[in-house]
Amino acid sequence: MVSPLTLRELGILGMNNRNIGFIGRYNQRKNYSQADNKLKTKSAAIARNIPVPELYGTVDYQFQVSSLSDMLHNRDGFVIKPSQGSGGKGILVIVGRDGDHFIKSSGALIDDREVRRHSSNILAGLHSLGGRNDSAMIEALIDFDPILKDYSYEGVPDIRVIVFRGVPVMAMMRCATHSSDGKANLHQGAVGVGIDIGTGQSICAVQHNRVVSQHPDTKMYFDKLTIPLWQQVLELASGCAGMAGLDYLGVDIVLDRLRGPMLLELNARPGLAIQVANQAGLRHRLLAAEKIADSCDDDGEKIALARSQFAAHTS
Amino acid sequence: MINSRIQIGLIAGVLIALGVGLTLYKAVSLNLPLLPGEYREVWTVESKTSFTPAKGPVNVELRLPASLAGWVILDEHFVSSGFGFSIIEASDAVSTARWTRQSLDRPTTLYYKMQIYRERSDRALPNMAADVPTKPLLEADQQAAMDRLIDRIAEQSSDNESFALLLVQELLRDSQDQDRLFLLSSYADNSLALMLDTLAMANISAHELRGIELEDGRRRQTLSSLLEVRSAGQWFVINPQTGRVGLPANFFIWQRGDGAILNITGGRNSSLEFALVSNSLPAKAVLGMEQRADEFALLDFSIYTLPVEQQGVFKGLLLIPVAALVVVVMRLLVGVKTSGTFMPILIALAFIQTTLLVGLIIFLGLIGTGLWIRSYLSRLNLLLVARVAAVVIMVILMMAALAVTSYKLGLDQVLTVTFFPTVIVAWTIERMSILWEEEGGHEVLIQGSGSLLVAVLAYLAMSNHWVEHLTFNFPELTLSLLGVILLLGKYTGYRLSELYRFRDMAGK
Repeated sequence: MVSPLTLRELGILGMNNRNIGFIGRYNQRKNYSQADNKLKTKSAAIARNIPVPELYGTVDYQFQVSSLSDMLHNRDGFVIKPSQGSGGKGILVIVGRDGDHFIKSSGALIDDREVRRHSSNILAGLHSLGGRNDSAMIEALIDFDPILKDYSYEGVPDIRVIVFRGVPVMAMMRCATHSSDGKANLHQGAVGVGIDIGTGQSICAVQHNRVVSQHPDTKMYFDKLTIPLWQQVLELASGCAGMAGLDYLGVDIVLDRLRGPMLLELNARPGLAIQVANQAGLRHRLLAAEKIADSCDDDGEKIALARSQFAAHTS
Repeated sequence: MINSRIQIGLIAGVLIALGVGLTLYKAVSLNLPLLPGEYREVWTVESKTSFTPAKGPVNVELRLPASLAGWVILDEHFVSSGFGFSIIEASDAVSTARWTRQSLDRPTTLYYKMQIYRERSDRALPNMAADVPTKPLLEADQQAAMDRLIDRIAEQSSDNESFALLLVQELLRDSQDQDRLFLLSSYADNSLALMLDTLAMANISAHELRGIELEDGRRRQTLSSLLEVRSAGQWFVINPQTGRVGLPANFFIWQRGDGAILNITGGRNSSLEFALVSNSLPAKAVLGMEQRADEFALLDFSIYTLPVEQQGVFKGLLLIPVAALVVVVMRLLVGVKTSGTFMPILIALAFIQTTLLVGLIIFLGLIGTGLWIRSYLSRLNLLLVARVAAVVIMVILMMAALAVTSYKLGLDQVLTVTFFPTVIVAWTIERMSILWEEEGGHEVLIQGSGSLLVAVLAYLAMSNHWVEHLTFNFPELTLSLLGVILLLGKYTGYRLSELYRFRDMAGK
């Protein structure tokens, strides 16, 4: 246990403070739907020339589920996800085929029926915010940068950047583990690696809110990790803030081997575990970001200021 | 932001001050107790006089009860719309309510409601002058049979009381005695009239004691009669149905002595029925109502002025804000994860009906079995809505099975299973099984036990005697609760769980 005073000194942002002071205060309700709906995010991103994983197709109605296999017959790898899913729920990753069966990212084999059942569940709103009816989207499998390969097990690692009023404030890489079932969500057991905004180098890694030094499955040490194309990642993140119309935003980015940083999804209510991974509180940085945002309009300037002010050794 | 903070502060401050202020005012100036003390059982008796009017003027006279045998009438209320109404005080003990109307064209019910409670526990009746019994005029064969009966009983009895007791027992007994059978049949099986006539014939003073047997929740209670017999300068009460001596504790005397209670001219098919509800109120509040009900307008707007059935409903409703506060505190200050925001309140309400331990066992049993069935249903690849509906039906079947088996086994408590809201249980099962599939059993355990923990705490708060007393007697405290909840809605500090969650931050 930590005393609340210590947390306050460290500038740790608590759940209540996040909800009232930032999400409730800065994010307008009407702009949530674009962030909550991955299809809307995708089309808005395409309109702004922001790179995103290719969309193979969508399933909007139950009757389309039976023709799913036709839609997929020439695809070896793909991802089926609810367009309004929350917390990484309902994402089915198929990495290949074995005869009539599909190979999940964990290596497990599933058949056609299982894929259809998964799609029906998505349409019925099983994985979605508030349980409302949803549509399923089928996306290209991400061919992620091999530099990051050993830091993630059976799943795609992504980079979460918290952007406040266009200023990147804090970042972490989220690495899938066996216990997270290939998902990059921290509360499901993924490892979060804090990334220095200044350099793109790792700071600290946590799993289940506890500090770890190596990946539990691949045994890779995280201290050597440096995210390639860091400036581009930050530019992409800042650019998304303007698109989403949300002042307090989590931007999830993947690094594709060929196409570089791509926007995976936006999150209007990003979690707080990023603070543990960075061993730093968000509050001080958010106040500093407020000043940066007030002082300049240009994304490039904001990023430059953020990179110098939020570098690990000065934070 | 600052503005909304100030607004909330102001509103919350006013609400809290209003609630606490009114409570203190009631406590100090009306002397309502802040702590639950001794409770009194207060009965609400509603008499319903129904009749079909004939042509011409209608005149309804209802004898009003006098406070006898320790009973005190707190409050009386007459409903007499369209009728002329007056109360006639014939003597100290006898008063009559009279409703009059020139003409009436449809069957009508007149209401007289009162609240009574027992002030003293002794049930002695005031002494009353004995009137000389008037011997009934009988047919010769009746006379002969009655004389033989009196002679036989007189031989076995020592005084008037034992005579009356033996008479009651004789008439109650299922014997084939010719005189008894003949007398009963000639009195059309009205054994009370036969008893009174026989006692008069034996020159013993006796009369009827009419009143109501108080039974909570009865809606169509009718008058019943006891027998009062004079023996050795004292009156004894005998129950003609059981032969027991003494006034039963739950008997409220309406009229002592002969004479009609209801007298209707210009009407027919009249009936007199009573609806009864009992309620426990703090003794001090009862005294306050008795002494000063007219002086303080505030009491007129308290829950006490509602019909007692509604009072019972509000007793439950006023507890819900307390449970809501528990949920808010547990979620915002402690950071307990619950599945569904207010599901714990509903579970807690069910616990109140079932008691805690039984409720917990039933709830866990239902959820456990439901999860197991649901996992099978999910393998059948059903659409979500159909699956939830199927789970609802399974839950109902499980509840029925549980109720039937437990009843056969003699475990009456398990019958309270019906108090669990079916849809809530089914939805909980659905949510829990999704959680299980998505996040594993660990998360189910966390959220499930979180919900149960909050539910148990809410139950403990709601079933607390003091809380119950305060919310019911000082409903204005709900305003203060609202104020506190509004303030908590602006709490931006850390949750207790976050002190643990961020524990690794301190090592830096």
